[in-house]
Amino acid sequence: MDFQFDHSDREFRSEIADFVDNELPWNWKEYDLDPDDEDTYDLVYTFRKKLSKKGWLTMAWPEEYGGQSASHIRQLVFNEEMAYRGIPAGDPGVRMVGPILMLYGTEEQKQEFLPKIANAEINWSQGYSEPDSGSDLASLQTKAIEDGDDFVINGSKIWNSAHVSSDWMFMLARTDQEAPKHRGISFLLAPMNSKGVTVDKIPMMWDAYRSLVTFDNVRVPKRNLVGEQNRGWYVGATLLDFERSGVDRPARAKRVLEDLIEYCKTHYRNGYPLADDLNIRHRLSKFAVQIETARLMCYNVAWMQSQGLVPNMEASINKTFGTEMINQIYTFGMKVMGLYGQLDPESKWAPFKGRLENSYLRSFGSLVAAGTSEIQRNVIATRGLGLPRG
Amino acid sequence: MDLGLTETQQMLRTSARTFLEAECPTTHVREMELDDRGFSPDIWQKMAAQGWLGLTIPEAYGGAELEFIDLVILLEEMGRYMLPSPFFSTTVLSSLAIMESGDHQQKEEYLTRIAAGQIIVAMAITEPSATWDCSGIQLTAELDGSKYNLSGTKLFVSDGNVADYILVAARTGSETTDISLFILPTQSEGINQTQLKTIASDNQSAFTFENVKVSKVNLLGKENNSWPIIQKIIQWGAIGKCAEMTGGGQKVLDMTVEYAKQRTQFGRPIGSFQAIQHHCANMATDVETAKFITYKAAWTLTQDLNADKEVAMAKAWVSDSYGRVCALAHQSHGAIGFTKEHDLQLYSRRAKAAELAFGDSDFHLENVAPLIGLSPNNPRDSR
Repeated sequence: MDFQFDHSDREFRSEIADFVDNELPWNWKEYDLDPDDEDTYDLVYTFRKKLSKKGWLTMAWPEEYGGQSASHIRQLVFNEEMAYRGIPAGDPGVRMVGPILMLYGTEEQKQEFLPKIANAEINWSQGYSEPDSGSDLASLQTKAIEDGDDFVINGSKIWNSAHVSSDWMFMLARTDQEAPKHRGISFLLAPMNSKGVTVDKIPMMWDAYRSLVTFDNVRVPKRNLVGEQNRGWYVGATLLDFERSGVDRPARAKRVLEDLIEYCKTHYRNGYPLADDLNIRHRLSKFAVQIETARLMCYNVAWMQSQGLVPNMEASINKTFGTEMINQIYTFGMKVMGLYGQLDPESKWAPFKGRLENSYLRSFGSLVAAGTSEIQRNVIATRGLGLPRG
Repeated sequence: MDLGLTETQQMLRTSARTFLEAECPTTHVREMELDDRGFSPDIWQKMAAQGWLGLTIPEAYGGAELEFIDLVILLEEMGRYMLPSPFFSTTVLSSLAIMESGDHQQKEEYLTRIAAGQIIVAMAITEPSATWDCSGIQLTAELDGSKYNLSGTKLFVSDGNVADYILVAARTGSETTDISLFILPTQSEGINQTQLKTIASDNQSAFTFENVKVSKVNLLGKENNSWPIIQKIIQWGAIGKCAEMTGGGQKVLDMTVEYAKQRTQFGRPIGSFQAIQHHCANMATDVETAKFITYKAAWTLTQDLNADKEVAMAKAWVSDSYGRVCALAHQSHGAIGFTKEHDLQLYSRRAKAAELAFGDSDFHLENVAPLIGLSPNNPRDSR
């Protein structure tokens, strides 16, 4: 057993720090950069271009597609450092569409999309969830009916980021109405400027939007089908061999905790720093322990992947453990700030420029996004522990 | 980075499972709870033959010269099978302490016999103060001519009932950290041992020392210089307990999953209900988390790096997480799990003992605090 990163990975870690310090504006720490938020969108995408130039955006891709075939551990270091700095460096094009095309795409599709994804020229939104299909995703009802050289799409996709200049949507749509629910779905790429596409912004309780995209007889050429027709469920569910430890969660949490520790040391209640309150002291210490625990489990997943092992239960454990931990940290942060915690970002009185208030609200969303905590626990119990399905 | 087991560790784990599966069924664990000695000398000799008793002892003194992290792998299995034996006191605490601070002659005298299964050694740190701070050590050793005079009480001494020798932390000077370590026969004049009845039926003792005379050759390391080594002993002990809890936790999870598949209510296995599934998922999470935080601390100790943070984090976490695992296991088992006849209670009683040993979560969270930028002393003390 060896918990130490090797020399080149440690050097890479400091290289990232230097790069970020030079390439992000001096006050980047004051933002919660969110690719789905119009206010910070420009900052996120400008930075993504810089990562692309540096070759880091697609470091996980094989060399034949312009990547660096970076090891899982190298990706882990990158993802951890980016997340600690609050930079959403992951791009669904890079992480999902690109690799799926490498596996299932036609030569034409690869030629058309891969270079643009690598150069951060296309923004993608994900068309999976529907208003009536959330946790039971395979029940999705958006139809894609064959008509000549096209599919004609009708239905709607929700909770995506189509409102922030999304150029394309990668989506699941039903192409066989009679087949069992997992077997009648296809994976399609739809240009968002197509006739019949409507994007409605949904204001969220935190300071951001999600989108509802409605397809009204939208024609998508058949050449945009990825993989076999009616096999889209399996294309979309392909376990991509990328670092998927979820190390971004403990990394982000670490930065939040550092902010909170500083806050508790410099803010007083009844004449004493908050940090001198035994309860607060132990809560902060316990979060540090939890973050370290989460981080090591993430390292383990990346290491398993580097050994050719496929994490399954482990990834679900990391998702629930990480998101619930972050939610608890923000909840605690709101509590120690007392009355100040409720202030919106605009207020001159707001601690952390109101960042915590907003992130606190958003942290509830992460308990639901990408598989709710309950679905994750079902996965741990049935796929991981072998308990019978309900 | 390499988070896998070495070949030696794999072999150690496999052979430990085979050995303990055969030698230590829960019937044996139950038998030993009622036994005066609390362990089987026969199994102890077999453990010596396996090379376990001298696992980390240098080859020069008859040991296998493996590392602390290998010991942790073995302790995981012992926790899984709840092996009743003075292994923890003798091989984990005492032999490491002697290796760290004994001179050649002392090593020759004690380590060789430990490795050969000839002597059992107990570690006596805690007292009626029941703290792991050096202020808690009040037993005194006063130099009188060429002899030390030991007076005081030691409490919660594991395996004191069967130990041939006892390692005693004693106060030898006026500074708070003026602590020395002595090793002496438990049969010495003036020592009185009484057994404590405990939640885990795990053979802890109280010792009183009344003018017990020992000579300088019984001093381990330099006078007034042993507090750092005792801190290390506490760290080894804490991580050793984490390993036992990790192994126990995995077994408790396995038992619960098995039961949930077989137990039928409302016409279906209870494991098909989400309520039970989520209990099991939460247990699996706590078991997974315990492993890596324990391994990281064990690795750091093995590298002889400063492990203050890693140890405090691991013991703070695992002490509580194992308790949660046992609580959910009981909830999933229903009434049967509370019966003496069921094995689950054997684990949950030991979980509490292991939680308390070498500092519980509150104690270790207090150690974490200054290492994450909070003030070094518990502010409660300074007010």
